[in-house]
Amino acid sequence: MREFAYQRAHDTAGAVALLGADPQARFLGGGTNLVDLMKTGVERPARLVDVRALPLDRIEPTRDGGLRIGATVTNGDLAAHPEVRRRYPALAQAVLAGASGQLRNMATVGGNLLQRTRCGYFTDVTQPCNKRVPGSGCPAIEGEHHNHAILGASGHCVAVHPSDMGVALAAFDAVVTYETADGPGELPLADLYLPVGDTPHLETALPAGALITGVTLPPAPVAAVSRYRKVRERASYAFAIGSVAAALDVRDGTVHDVRLALGAVASRPWRARAAERALRGAPADAGTFAAAADAELAAAEPLPHNGYKVTLMRNLVVAVLTELAEEAAR
Amino acid sequence: MTTLATPAVKGSVGTAHTRVEGRDKVTGAARYAGEIPFADLAHGWLVLSTVARGRIRSVADADVLAMPGVLAVLHHGYAPRVSTDYTGILGGPPDPTAAVFQDDRVPHHGWPVALVVAETPEQAREAAEALVVTYAREPHDTELSGDRPDAYAVESGPGPAVAEKGDLEAELAASAIVVDAEYTTPEEHHNPMEPHAATARWDGGRLEVVDSNQGTGWVAAELAQMFSLDPSAVRVRSEHVGGGFGSKGLRAHQVAAVMAATVLQRPVRVVLTRRQMFSLAGHRSPTVQRVRLGADPDGRLRALEHRSVNRTSTVYEFVESAAGPARVMYDAAAHHTANRVVRLDAPSPTWMRAPGEAPGSFALESALDELAEKTGVDPIELRVRNEPERGPVSGLPFGGRNLIACFREGARRFGWAERDPRPGVRRDGRWLLGTGTAAASFPALALPSTAAVTAEADGTFTVRINAADIGTGARTALTLIAADALHTAPDRVRVRIGDSDFGQAWIAGGSGGTRSWGWAVTAAAEELRQRLAPGAGIPPEGITVRSDTTEAVGALAQKERHSFGAQFAEVAVDTATGEVRVRRMLGIFAAGRIVNPLTARNQFVGGMVWGISMALHEEAVRDRASGGHYGADLAGYHVATHADVPRVEADWIDDTDPDDPVGIKGIGEIGVVGAAAAVANAVWHATGVRHRSLPIRPDRVLQAGAPRA
Amino acid sequence: MAPAPTSTSSAVTLHVNGEKYPLSVDHRTTLLDALRERLDLTGTKKGCDQGQCGACTVLIDGRRAVACLQLAVAAEGREITTVEGLAEGERLHPVQQAFLDLDGYQCGYCTPGQICSAVAVIEEHAAGWPSAVTGDVRPEAGVPPLTAEEIRERMSGNLCRCGAYVNIVEAVARAAGARAARTGGSAA
Repeated sequence: MREFAYQRAHDTAGAVALLGADPQARFLGGGTNLVDLMKTGVERPARLVDVRALPLDRIEPTRDGGLRIGATVTNGDLAAHPEVRRRYPALAQAVLAGASGQLRNMATVGGNLLQRTRCGYFTDVTQPCNKRVPGSGCPAIEGEHHNHAILGASGHCVAVHPSDMGVALAAFDAVVTYETADGPGELPLADLYLPVGDTPHLETALPAGALITGVTLPPAPVAAVSRYRKVRERASYAFAIGSVAAALDVRDGTVHDVRLALGAVASRPWRARAAERALRGAPADAGTFAAAADAELAAAEPLPHNGYKVTLMRNLVVAVLTELAEEAAR
Repeated sequence: MTTLATPAVKGSVGTAHTRVEGRDKVTGAARYAGEIPFADLAHGWLVLSTVARGRIRSVADADVLAMPGVLAVLHHGYAPRVSTDYTGILGGPPDPTAAVFQDDRVPHHGWPVALVVAETPEQAREAAEALVVTYAREPHDTELSGDRPDAYAVESGPGPAVAEKGDLEAELAASAIVVDAEYTTPEEHHNPMEPHAATARWDGGRLEVVDSNQGTGWVAAELAQMFSLDPSAVRVRSEHVGGGFGSKGLRAHQVAAVMAATVLQRPVRVVLTRRQMFSLAGHRSPTVQRVRLGADPDGRLRALEHRSVNRTSTVYEFVESAAGPARVMYDAAAHHTANRVVRLDAPSPTWMRAPGEAPGSFALESALDELAEKTGVDPIELRVRNEPERGPVSGLPFGGRNLIACFREGARRFGWAERDPRPGVRRDGRWLLGTGTAAASFPALALPSTAAVTAEADGTFTVRINAADIGTGARTALTLIAADALHTAPDRVRVRIGDSDFGQAWIAGGSGGTRSWGWAVTAAAEELRQRLAPGAGIPPEGITVRSDTTEAVGALAQKERHSFGAQFAEVAVDTATGEVRVRRMLGIFAAGRIVNPLTARNQFVGGMVWGISMALHEEAVRDRASGGHYGADLAGYHVATHADVPRVEADWIDDTDPDDPVGIKGIGEIGVVGAAAAVANAVWHATGVRHRSLPIRPDRVLQAGAPRA
Repeated sequence: MAPAPTSTSSAVTLHVNGEKYPLSVDHRTTLLDALRERLDLTGTKKGCDQGQCGACTVLIDGRRAVACLQLAVAAEGREITTVEGLAEGERLHPVQQAFLDLDGYQCGYCTPGQICSAVAVIEEHAAGWPSAVTGDVRPEAGVPPLTAEEIRERMSGNLCRCGAYVNIVEAVARAAGARAARTGGSAA
């Protein structure tokens, strides 16, 4: 780890000003990802601007029935918050499925969205990686990739986004707000992450030097019956190999409204819009659920050793939607 | 002078006793190797190769020496010379991986190429990361397979490499039922929670090393050999050890620390990072095992073949003797076993908890389950029918073999009689349920050790023995053993361990620590007790009696000496997601006299948890292109968490070893043995799908397809 | 006035176990290294140094956290409790006592982290926090009983390679039960 300067910001404008547009500077939130990456040499900032003390640690209901979540709210506080658990249970479940109690108490909402992939080639600086060193190659495509992307990847990078929380936020149409030296801005989560293409090192559409200040969840009555299911290689404290965030509103046996997002399948939380289209207005039964999953996964391009994910995601979508339909029927 | 007025007390052995160092461990007061303060301490950071084979072309040490705080850069062009021309404790040459910086050759990815020493750990780390090393790279090969023509037999493992009796092909041809299957186990890593750490310093011509190891005598003797020192000029201490599992012997970091302390003439500490441990701490080699069983329709074996091949490095031969358990467990008219190795461009493997037995029992006990399936004989009854009278290969009598008693007791407690043998027919919501069983065995070792027991003037006793407590509870067990031998209460006995100045003793290894040490402690304590006439005075310096069990241990009659056990597991499998969860486990063991039921149960259960972890989680992935690891950390290498471990129960039957003064056999490793097979057999029973490659990961369950039933 | 952005070290005061420790830290120094190397509080263990094992778990402002990913300079002003700060004089914290009595460890290296984590788990549960195995996370569902399954999930951020999990879970349940009995709450 190289030496670096450290400054603590006390207000949002001050934080943005301290960072400037210095490419060698980073905002420090909970540090659960950044400090780790600094230890492994993936990140080598010259300066850290600590934003943890910013007054962005509140969760507030919005007038229209949504929620406004500050960027420095910890994952632990987010999952424990009664309004999150009441209005968006899948979001609380997603957060609780991630990492460990200790890490959830440190990690922040803003940092969670900006965390980097856990691809083992990305985190090992002795290996080539187009995301870390553009143009150096992607060894995962010929090498170890059993937990890599099946959707939206490219010949330049097949890494997956590791966030659980982000999957639920994607399902619920979250909007990310940020601050820059030129003033505030906002981006739908769906537009936050850039397509991989041939620039996997460019990960988000945030302007240079932008500080995420929070996430706004629009009202979503459908989210009251929602669920997050995560499959991983041990029962806890592991990243997903596949996950689903879903919300389902069934009226008279027909899907009235639905939200569906998939995790650990792409470089970003994957909103399953093709599946949602296939579900809306269709009978809430296993046949519809399977057809919807197939509609989404038709675009899947598995590698030699991750084809199981197509089966896994299909089964998982069907299982979670079936459970939600049963829950709605009770 | 005080007088001895100890009432005769016995019965400590066999009674639950909390750990004597327990308070220190729960308050954080127990100091491990990297935590002992030293004045003027410097910190070393190892630099490992980034190529899997080749030669070091250059080390840009001058650039790094100019960095803040940097004191020295050791590498093959600047390091003290050491000798590897000696015989290690296993009777063969030492693994030269520990003899760092002697030449420019790089035999595997992660080979130690330099040590950067600085005033602070932060400075050392930054400089080590900045050190530019260039290589002349050569093509490498790290891929093990079962049909490699370059596999060869090597006579450095336990027992012969190849043992054959009878005409295998003829007996297989005459068999009504044949099982013929290949089983694989992956590269596995010990990953003790405490990383390897050593501090070395010279104290007036004497080398002192504070270390975390499984035997200070082992490390001291090897350091003395390497640095051509008189054995009395080396002292190694290791009071608390945060786990070892076979990985904590002499390794690169201790040698590097001694070199740096020699060059700088000040104390130097070297701690391995978790990532470095994957290359430098040893590991369990992957294995490819083929088992062929031929049996009559009633399940009686006519033919047994177990051939294993494992990977070793190009600098050291390590045999993972997976075919070993077959030489103990089952007999057949034709009985062929073989352990072979392939030299590849990968780090040297080493002992890892139940070496040989852990992977070997997975293959053999899975194959027995397949035979049970094919013959329709209950898996326990099948083992009853194949109980040998004598050692199948050695022909020696067993020194106690209570395997079937373990199965009977386990079956009763597990509810085996109610089991429907058909696979894939039990369901609980999304989960298919199944149960499985497997046998376990592990050698019972006793090795020569010395001990000293002192009657102190205040009426207490001090035991000095160079034992190691790596979490086994040895310190407490020896306290109880000494108390009984002295006819006193445990709280009057102080046991001091982990110091090479206490003299020769066996290591914490081979499940033979407590037995070997307990023997020596008993011998010294009993003689001391006899010497202390009631009412006689004790001088201020106390009365000390020393023991050496070399003769007594050497006089043990040749027998097949083993612990045995029966493992039971119930699993739940979601075939839609590939998830496997163990719901309960039971292990019943015949493992000699149990000294401390509290810690012994914990240790058996811990072994069974290793079995769960081996069955479902553990796999180090080696990247073919680079020859290095993919995901060499505790997020990439999964070990079982709390959530993976259900109600696991262990118990034992009376199995006192009449040939041991305390009745001990050894319990450290047998808990792992057969545990992965029991889980895998339960997965078959749940789903009807046989998994012959570990770990049974979700992707493998999904790829194996839908349940057969 | 913010410190000059070129400085790579700072003077900070760490509040640990009720004591104030003024010291100058290299910004790279983690809280874990500051505790172990600078304050000689070695009870907090370094198992992986990457947030992947939980051995360095401490309480920061009453919440459990891993000290290896917490920069010391960023911990200024926060109340830090380590395993050394749990006992009251000679009297062990109930969680420590339960680990001792029920043999909730083997080698002891993960133990301080397990204990600090358990102390927090019991408080988080008492505060009504759900977990990943809580069937219904909605607040109306109430506080889930602290079953063995709940304890296992909540403690999963603390690896124990010796495999002492069964006894650790029993110890946490015992300590949680004792707390509930003291406060009139319910643990299970």
